[in-house]
Amino acid sequence: MEVGEPRKYIYSDVELDQHEGQEIAELMASSQQPLPDPDRWLDEDIHRNIMLTTVDAVIGWARSSSLWPAICFPACCAFELIAANASRFDLSRFGMEILRASPRQADLMITAGTLTWKMAPQVRRIYHQMAEPKWVIAMGACGISGGIFRSSYNVVPGYNRIMPVDVYVPGCPPRPEALIYGIRMLHRKIAQAHTDIKLQPM
Amino acid sequence: MTVSLSGLQVAKEITEQFPDTVVEATDQAVLVKSKSIFEIAQYLKNSPELSFDYLNFVTAVDYLDCFELVYQLTSLKHNHSLILKTRCFSRERPTVPSVVSVWRGADYQEREIFDLMGIIFDGHPNLKRIVLWDGFEGHPLRKDYL
Repeated sequence: MEVGEPRKYIYSDVELDQHEGQEIAELMASSQQPLPDPDRWLDEDIHRNIMLTTVDAVIGWARSSSLWPAICFPACCAFELIAANASRFDLSRFGMEILRASPRQADLMITAGTLTWKMAPQVRRIYHQMAEPKWVIAMGACGISGGIFRSSYNVVPGYNRIMPVDVYVPGCPPRPEALIYGIRMLHRKIAQAHTDIKLQPM
Repeated sequence: MTVSLSGLQVAKEITEQFPDTVVEATDQAVLVKSKSIFEIAQYLKNSPELSFDYLNFVTAVDYLDCFELVYQLTSLKHNHSLILKTRCFSRERPTVPSVVSVWRGADYQEREIFDLMGIIFDGHPNLKRIVLWDGFEGHPLRKDYL
């Protein structure tokens, strides 16, 4: 049996660290500008007049009343989200009390907390793993803009640098009522968006 | 309750073993020379009447003209504690002997100090960044960062 070169570091491979650092540097370089809102939110009425059909209404209603949030709570806003989930504020009134541990089963990401650049690739991976159609609520000051940590050397200044955000809920942290209001806004947005289903000719 | 030992008394015992290593001793803390910190740490741990077998924490302070490392030690056997300090004066390449082989708990804390303050621990088995990522430039807890 051949004995290779002794490792410089005993616990982990240097290559893993270098790969991680490279990934973070690339992500930082590619996300200097905030991403725009993906949906047609401002000109909704135009789309509504042209496109809204009964099918759209049914699909929008179904989607908006069964949102499945993914578990992605990097910091302290998570407690307000947990409070909103618990019995007093009771998110299950809106059909979304189950937080999915697997992003494959989720379609809503509530970004509760400060995001560091070291964590950003993982959070973006969770977002990419979620099934379409998917939505993002930026919760709290840090989620919107980085908050008080905006000028820090390792805090992402807003989740919209790495993923498109649908609804912004301000506050530090927002009250559960504010979060529920943001979720209601998202419901309205989902219900008003027209679906891109093309009927195939027989 | 844990009794904090007088730094003056411990400094006397250290001086008996290692002459000219104590720079300054007050009632609260002992300041020693950085190049002999490893031997002093070994002595403080292994000496039966001191027996500092537990390292509460290592931390570092940037005073701009020097970096000061602070070691809070406790003896679980005798229930007493001590604050040990050392200084290093280089800013480009501050180097201090590592105490990981004396107290294993220093491992991650020395890595964190290396990461955020840029102090190099000589003899550390795995000295690389722990909080920030590989390729990050600079040491952000230094006073002259940015």
